Amino acid sequence: MAKTPNEAQPFADAEPVAANGLLHRRLFLSGGAFFAGASALSGVLGARPASAQMATVPDWRKEPGKSFTPYGVPSRFEEPVQRLVTVRAPSYPSPGAGSSRTPLHLLEGIITPSGLHFERSHSGVPDIDPDRHRLLIHGLVRQPLVFDLESLMRYPRVSAIHFIECAGNSGGGWAAQPPVGFVATMHGLLSCSEWTGVPLHYLLEEAGIDPKAKWILAEGIDAAAMSRSVPLDKCLGDAMVALFQNGERIRPEQGYPMRLLLPGWEGNMNVKWLHRIKVTEGPTHTKDETSKYTELMPDGKSMQFTFPMEVKSVITRPSEGINMQGPGFYEISGFAWSGNGKIKRVDVSADGGASWAEAALQEPIASRALTRFRLPWQWDGREVILQSRATDETGAVQPTRAELIGSKGIKNAYHYNGITTWEVRASGLVKNVWA
Amino acid sequence: MFGRKVLLGGMTATALVAASTALAVDPPKLGQPAPEMLIRLFDISIPPDGTGLPPGQATAKQGEAVFIARCAACHGEKGEGATNDRLASGVGTLQDEIQTFKTVGSYWPYATTLFDYVRRAMPYNAPLSLTDEEVYAATAYVLFLNRIIGETDVINAQSLPAVKMPNRDAFINAYAPR
Repeated sequence: MAKTPNEAQPFADAEPVAANGLLHRRLFLSGGAFFAGASALSGVLGARPASAQMATVPDWRKEPGKSFTPYGVPSRFEEPVQRLVTVRAPSYPSPGAGSSRTPLHLLEGIITPSGLHFERSHSGVPDIDPDRHRLLIHGLVRQPLVFDLESLMRYPRVSAIHFIECAGNSGGGWAAQPPVGFVATMHGLLSCSEWTGVPLHYLLEEAGIDPKAKWILAEGIDAAAMSRSVPLDKCLGDAMVALFQNGERIRPEQGYPMRLLLPGWEGNMNVKWLHRIKVTEGPTHTKDETSKYTELMPDGKSMQFTFPMEVKSVITRPSEGINMQGPGFYEISGFAWSGNGKIKRVDVSADGGASWAEAALQEPIASRALTRFRLPWQWDGREVILQSRATDETGAVQPTRAELIGSKGIKNAYHYNGITTWEVRASGLVKNVWA
Repeated sequence: MFGRKVLLGGMTATALVAASTALAVDPPKLGQPAPEMLIRLFDISIPPDGTGLPPGQATAKQGEAVFIARCAACHGEKGEGATNDRLASGVGTLQDEIQTFKTVGSYWPYATTLFDYVRRAMPYNAPLSLTDEEVYAATAYVLFLNRIIGETDVINAQSLPAVKMPNRDAFINAYAPR
């Protein structure tokens, strides 16, 4: 019997390493195996009958294309690749308090295009004239100082790739029923950029830190003057006054002309439109570190100042809405990250956690950055339960949803990092389910 | 070779993200002394001990009119919540199996946070439009709606930090420096 395209599989001889067709990550890591697979794959594609349309010379081959533009935008065919914005009634009184989400399921690699970085603001996006913007540092310092942008641009800079994740990301995980929609619906308050700016400790040391100082208050100059307390030791470590995002100046939605960057810590603390730092003895207990962004535990106590975002991962391909196209070869892929360091490994299961295959981690694997993982998969067309589980360099392992709820209850609202489960049905439909 | 040394320092910092970004030379010192007037204009944050609270005072009785005019449209006339957060009641619901209401009365640990937040960010459509007296008044009214103070209790720089919020002792500082 002649092989149909779906039967002629590039990795047909590969030994599964876990149930339901999960193959060895070496198929991606070792050049030889990969290229063998790739050539077999092209053979498969070649076996498909070319459509009549493909046999004609397309119009764009027959006339010169558009001329040059000062700032490029994505192809008009990529128009659906947009942030997920909550639609609200025109009468809603606070339209600038809320969020939009990064379409994680449509992105590759680890860098979020700046225009697709998730937004979270408390009173809209201010339109700041950089020439009139100032950064004030005062409080427990020898000499209160004010910096204009021109001065800050003359300091030595550092660049680093870091994720920013809203502390409320994946908050749907605490609910009794799984959220319905694309992966971004539940997990899209997560983005990753290359940030460039001035190490905050240069500026604090220039002002002269009083020995009594243990915290700072960071405040934005948006209409909400959003403010958070940050321990001084973070400010003297990897904290940065970020001026650039992915090579260009920070976007208005991300804090133009400057934001605080606290690698790995909850997104809300990375204060946008940064204009004031007050060095203090203790935390100020602002609205966003008391009434919000605190973790209500089952015993009625609340954990306050739980800053780092814990180890986590999610499969973005396949995922809800990114359905299967019939049995055969697929690459399972997604993101893993930890606010406490580098990702050490990611395991993938296709049988609800009974057996696991170690995924390949795509370079670069940076500390407190998104890490892309991949695993080859031969899907036989039967229903499977897909999961990913990340481990970071501190040894912390991403918990199951049951383990997380077992320790933190269901009223937490923040810092959800449980394992995400995709049910892949025989029809090819992919659904978010609680395992 | 000044530039080269700085560059090497920067590269080291990039490679060891969490490490201190030690430079071979000191960075420039380009900050200007901050004028006292500038600090006074922007130093609006109020910690739990009340440092920085402005002069002025008000009672909940005086606050009712302010609240109805400037707050009730989004938060309800009795702080029961509308398009935006519920501010009152909910005491005893933090462990409720069916519904939890995290309000000023049931959840917030410090009364100073209420003054700080209202003054810096409320009302949503016109921040900084309330006088300090009006902020004290709205603060007093929300505390009264939560039965934390009486209707004629005076709220000012001395009495506000002394208000003991019902849920204060339930907060645990989880931060452990690495």
